[in-house]
Amino acid sequence: MSEPVRGVVACHGRLAEALIDAVERISGIQGALVPVTNSECDKGLIEKRIAAAAGAGPAMVFTDLPSGSCLIAAATLARRQNAIVVVTGVNLAMLIDFVFHRDLPLAEVAARVSASGHKAIQVPG
Amino acid sequence: MSLLLFRVDDRLIHGQVVIGWARPLGADFIVLVDDAVRESSWEQDLYRMGVPPEIEVIFASRSEAARDFAQWSSSPRRGILLTGAVETIAALGAAGVPLQRVNLGGVHHQPGRIERLPYLYLTDEELQLLERLEQSGVEVTAQDLPTATPVKLGALA
Repeated sequence: MSEPVRGVVACHGRLAEALIDAVERISGIQGALVPVTNSECDKGLIEKRIAAAAGAGPAMVFTDLPSGSCLIAAATLARRQNAIVVVTGVNLAMLIDFVFHRDLPLAEVAARVSASGHKAIQVPG
Repeated sequence: MSLLLFRVDDRLIHGQVVIGWARPLGADFIVLVDDAVRESSWEQDLYRMGVPPEIEVIFASRSEAARDFAQWSSSPRRGILLTGAVETIAALGAAGVPLQRVNLGGVHHQPGRIERLPYLYLTDEELQLLERLEQSGVEVTAQDLPTATPVKLGALA
């Protein structure tokens, strides 16, 4: 079996920690996601933080916005490291889906969580 | 209206610039002065992703910025000139670009830099470059967002 995909959540402020806390409370799965904040650092340091969190194996980096310092840092890293995929617009639904499907191939996980993230955006009623 | 803000921010185009400043200023264009980004089309694509379609993004090298400054500053549209390094804005000033005022928006920690404000770390050399800029008639203040109080350069030493 291949190595499970590691999840890195890179966000503004304390958003990543809060999202991961919520995922762990809902799923009961601990340690599948690593938070990274962009607070008090330039894009170079954000990239180093993401690289340290991602490690050498397959990793998925979730960023909050489809722009800005977290995305620039993650995308720069992913250009150098083939085993990293970046997914923007992180939400709770996609992270919960991710922690239950980390054993799938990286590209398949990316397509899956992107779809579940989109599906979670609804206007009820 | 021309150029309304000259900002140093090492994250370049990000939320504080687009939402914090460009929106209240009603900016029509952002000039990003960075030699490395000027040469990297994929980085330019990433930076464009963070900007609403109604705001044009112009990527310029230092020399292009010095050359085209007069055109941007006389434009009837509203613009922001943005760079990531104190050295770049100082070089533009030294090249005779009439900057008038400079906003220090975000320069983060690196070895040798000293914390001046929570979002602003400068080496003594960078501070000296800014002091020279101010001595040449440019008003230099630190202010991360329009809602924050500007801090004069003299208070950062």
